[in-house]
Amino acid sequence: MIEARGLVKKYGDVVALDGLDLSVPEGTVYGLLGPNGAGKTTAVRILTTLLKPDAGTAKVDGLDVVRKANAVRRIIGLTGQYAAVDEYLTGRENLRMFGDLYHLPTAYVKERSDELLARFDLTDAADRSLRTYSGGMRRRLDLAASLIAKPRVLFLDEPTTGLDPRSRIDLWEVIKDLVADGTTVLLTTQYLEEADQLAEEIVVIDHGRVIAQGTSDTLKDQVGGDRLEIVVDDPAQMDAAAQALRSVATGEVTVDRADHRIVAPVVGGSLTLVDAVRSLDAAHVGIADVALRRPTLDDVFLSLTGHTAEEDQA
Amino acid sequence: MSSAVPTRPRPIIGWGLHDGLVVARRNLIQTIRVPELLFFSIVQPVIFVLLFAFVFGGAIPIPGADPTTAPDASVYRQYLMPGIFGQTVAFASAAATVGLAEDMKRGIIDRFRSLPMASGGVLIGRTFADATRQILVLFVLSITGLLIGWRINDGILNAVYAYLLLLFFAYTVAWIGSWIGLYMPNPETAQTAGLVWLFPLTFLSNAFVPITAMPSWLQPIAQWNPISSLVLSTRELFGNPTGIVGDAWPQQNPIAYTLISCAVLIAIFAPLAVRRYRTSTSR
Ligand SMILES: Nc1ncnc2c1ncn2[C@@H]1O[C@H](COP(=O)(O)OP(=O)(O)OP(=O)(O)O)[C@@H](O)[C@H]1O
Ligand SMILES: [Mg+2]
Repeated sequence: MIEARGLVKKYGDVVALDGLDLSVPEGTVYGLLGPNGAGKTTAVRILTTLLKPDAGTAKVDGLDVVRKANAVRRIIGLTGQYAAVDEYLTGRENLRMFGDLYHLPTAYVKERSDELLARFDLTDAADRSLRTYSGGMRRRLDLAASLIAKPRVLFLDEPTTGLDPRSRIDLWEVIKDLVADGTTVLLTTQYLEEADQLAEEIVVIDHGRVIAQGTSDTLKDQVGGDRLEIVVDDPAQMDAAAQALRSVATGEVTVDRADHRIVAPVVGGSLTLVDAVRSLDAAHVGIADVALRRPTLDDVFLSLTGHTAEEDQA
Repeated sequence: MSSAVPTRPRPIIGWGLHDGLVVARRNLIQTIRVPELLFFSIVQPVIFVLLFAFVFGGAIPIPGADPTTAPDASVYRQYLMPGIFGQTVAFASAAATVGLAEDMKRGIIDRFRSLPMASGGVLIGRTFADATRQILVLFVLSITGLLIGWRINDGILNAVYAYLLLLFFAYTVAWIGSWIGLYMPNPETAQTAGLVWLFPLTFLSNAFVPITAMPSWLQPIAQWNPISSLVLSTRELFGNPTGIVGDAWPQQNPIAYTLISCAVLIAIFAPLAVRRYRTSTSR
């Protein structure tokens, strides 16, 4: 549904995209994950016809985004990184305006606006100016506006940035519903959890190029298997504990003295956990806490880019 | 996909005008909901009227005015009002500059550009709304003028022509203002950039002082300045004193020159602005 080949975009000396390839199958949620400045917004802008690439090509539903820009616009919806709705209009007026500008029949626009206002829980606020809306309400209206023409492909640039956890989960539900209806969604995010929750296929980009790609599970596997974390009772036993864990670990055992924590990469899931506890017991090490942790996308990120997504924001 | 989306036939007026009207409506609703903005765009020219009429009025002689019919200050007020009208509509361009810079900053231009709209739609709407807003401004200004002794002396029809010419001029400069606005990095810069070129332009004209009172090397510039021809046209149409009219063609044929200037400026700046719009994104 979305095909991009070798997209390059430069802003002066800054290379925002450096040969980006994407391939999004129809009816899936595709997650574009990357730290600040990775080139996510630039990629979305090229795919939504707002920006021309310096090199490379992109097609949405077989339509070239540069040469067939207007045809592409008819089948896409865009929710940009910042809520792009009119402050002074009411929620209903906003939706009707965008519907009119999609060149939809007036009666259809009216009906569809009401339907979307209800779906996004904005019916009560529908006739209030947006100046009275909270950030979450604005964001929901923004998403509603991009759905007015039932787009077959939806681009969401960091849709939940700035939302509280509850609004975020609500929005995830809406996105899941959309995909159930057959909409193809390309979603950018800095929240690893979000990509994990929503996206079947994840592409990690940094400095304008793809650095990893796959499902959330395959990406986690790339980082290595599970991690066994234990916290010891008595700091004096740290070395004995580390020694005991080396017998079950598949790689380097790291010792965090400040937290009395020892982390060991392992394979074999819970069986290994039992082995580990046995050998710690044999070494007479008192354990305060023990956990088997699957790697999160955070770990994926860290191992791929050398920094976490959050660190990068600082 | 739950159900197909119906399509709509092309309206008689065409999509460009249709989209323009939708966007103009949005901009005008904004004007109504933020009355402060409209209020200040009216208060500013009213203050100008009062300042010029009462502070400088007596000090600026109008050569060529008939000294027997009305003495000093009242002649100047008759002379001044069309100048204020001209200056006011010229400043309509600043609203377009700031408005577009704000739209870009808010990302709403990005959204408009992601829609299958006519590419001139947003700017047609913008310029149309900015010119329409001037109707109210000119109305309040005219009342102010009437209160201080300005009069419409040459019939209602000519007065209507004068107002239409002023609105056409407002529409023209709104295109120039739009073009500038699309280059602005933020609304604050737009606020300044939208105004800087207007001050020399309006003061290098016959709006407030007769051209004959200017240094001789400036006089040709002032005579060819479209604001001068606009102001002179309206003075003639309202039957207000014109001062001594220069020899240059624009001064001899002010209405024709004003119409030609507007047409040429739109022909230059509308395509420039639309071309810029097609690649504009928020930053
Ligand atoms: N209009 C512009 N002019 C100059 N540089 C730009 C412009 N837009 C983006 N850039 C640069 O291009 C790079 C990629 O920016 P982009 O906005 O695509 O990143 P992003 O992944 O969306 O980041 P964020 O998470 O902050 O939204 C950055 O280094 C940015 O500074
Ligand atoms: Mg971004």
